Amino acid sequence: MSVQEPTEAVTQSRPSMKAMDTSVITAKTVEPVNKIFSVENVNFYYGDKLALKSINLEIGEKKATAFIGPSGCGKTTLLRCLNRMNDLVLNTRVTGQIKLDGKNIYDPSMDVINLRRRVGMIFQKWNPFPKSIYENIIYGLRIVGVNNRAYLDEVVEKSLRRAALWDEVKDNLHKSAADMSGGQQQRLCIARALAVEPEVILMDEPCSALDPISTAKIEELIHELKDTFTIVIVTHNMQQAARVSDYTAFFYLGELIEFGETGKLFTAPEKRQTEDYITGRFG
Amino acid sequence: MEKPSQSDVEKSVAGNKHRDKLFAVLGLLSTFVGMLTLAALLADLAVNGLARLQPHFFTSYPSRFAGQAGILSAWVGTILVMIVTAVTAIPVGIAAGVYLEEYAPKNWFTALIEINIANLAGVPSIVYGLMALGLFVYQFGFGQSVLSAGLTLALLILPIVIVATRESIRAVPGSMREAAYALGATKWQTTSDHVLPYSMGGILTGVIIGLSRAIGETAPLITIGALTFIAFLPDSPFKAEFPFISFDWLWSPYSVLPIQMFNWVSRPQAEFHLNAAATGLVLMVMTLAMNGIAIYFRYRFRKRIKW
Repeated sequence: MSVQEPTEAVTQSRPSMKAMDTSVITAKTVEPVNKIFSVENVNFYYGDKLALKSINLEIGEKKATAFIGPSGCGKTTLLRCLNRMNDLVLNTRVTGQIKLDGKNIYDPSMDVINLRRRVGMIFQKWNPFPKSIYENIIYGLRIVGVNNRAYLDEVVEKSLRRAALWDEVKDNLHKSAADMSGGQQQRLCIARALAVEPEVILMDEPCSALDPISTAKIEELIHELKDTFTIVIVTHNMQQAARVSDYTAFFYLGELIEFGETGKLFTAPEKRQTEDYITGRFG
Repeated sequence: MEKPSQSDVEKSVAGNKHRDKLFAVLGLLSTFVGMLTLAALLADLAVNGLARLQPHFFTSYPSRFAGQAGILSAWVGTILVMIVTAVTAIPVGIAAGVYLEEYAPKNWFTALIEINIANLAGVPSIVYGLMALGLFVYQFGFGQSVLSAGLTLALLILPIVIVATRESIRAVPGSMREAAYALGATKWQTTSDHVLPYSMGGILTGVIIGLSRAIGETAPLITIGALTFIAFLPDSPFKAEFPFISFDWLWSPYSVLPIQMFNWVSRPQAEFHLNAAATGLVLMVMTLAMNGIAIYFRYRFRKRIKW
């Protein structure tokens, strides 16, 4: 399984990533893409503290983009700006623009509820509601008034299949989500996000608390999902970024240091800091 | 620093274990103090009052003759007043708690409100009685009615319900709110679908404590003019003809169990003291029954939620 080898690369801390198994990386063909998100001159403040410094980057439609960087570099902050989850954090401020299909999501006319239905999110710690598997998945539809049982049944099956969870839970749909394993709960959260048919799925370190097998399942899932959805994933695990993403952005101390095709960024980084980070010299 | 020797460590561990046992004993004794007091109280009331708990005790009005006297008007009054209290204090208290915790901006003003509410919970009940006398009885013209009494007790327990609501809501993990918001839920959907159901067990505990306090209150009701001798019932809430329901009882004079009890205790004849003991028993059973209902609901709520 492809999970094993790259994990070794970290522990061995090779001087250069060029020595890494590049089959995964070179396999990716990069074709011209539509930009779904464009982040323009974004600054983000927690109180007086500047957490993101004039960030500019574009996110390709139906591509997986990874945000990497050491803790506190701002990658999760930027991710949470993309569906305005940071609105919930007190004492924060954003300047600049983030455009989704050309429309600034921080514009007063932007409906944040609508935005979040277009841009779903998976969290670092899985957070299913303390309800049944079925209830979890249909929640996003219930709140917009969908009550047709047959339709809901269909959505539940489709979402669970897409999240590669159907076969494991199809006989226990009305059992509590809390009875599942951690990896299953995280895939349930993915299924729940898929049920509202978003265009973009944001993933905030979705595997950081999972064992390697569950991680592999979710990575496989990301590969399949990006045919239909745009994926933005924050990860601490560089091998994961290399495996699942088409583009990678490297952040350090609130700045976007380097952004480019994943294969290129990992094999021939342009910036010294990027190379130091991906080769494990710091971070 | 020198490394502690093995025997020193063992001695210290032995001492720690000793203190552990000591606390277990102290804790047990403390628990017994509470339990025994309650048991003694119940036993005392039972010994004195049990003989009086005949059917006619519940169906008779107060009387000059202790043997014929009953608590009909008092227990009906207590139930009606508690209905008014529950119907007003529970929704208002929960709504205020939810607003303060989920909606209100966090600034010095809301902090001030928070401190004030916590303090209100400690204000002596007679002060509520004085305020209610001016506000409900005279200013609003509700008079010496079931409505005035219910609202007074509602004010009295409102801080308890608010504080309990806030505490329980705070215990709901933020990740649940994030999950709902990320699916496009509004603040109200997040609150009503998740925050409130997950905290309902704790909120109900607060409601139980509040209502148990209200049912035994005497001072504020005497202040606002509850009657101690009343030989008629409030108008029935149910009617034979359309619209089948009536709210005239809200305006009726009333008595309640603790006031009836107080009245009998203050009489010189020992006969009446037995009536008082019997009334005390009824009051305690009513409190326990009320708690039982609330505990049942709490159990139902908690069973539905599995973390």
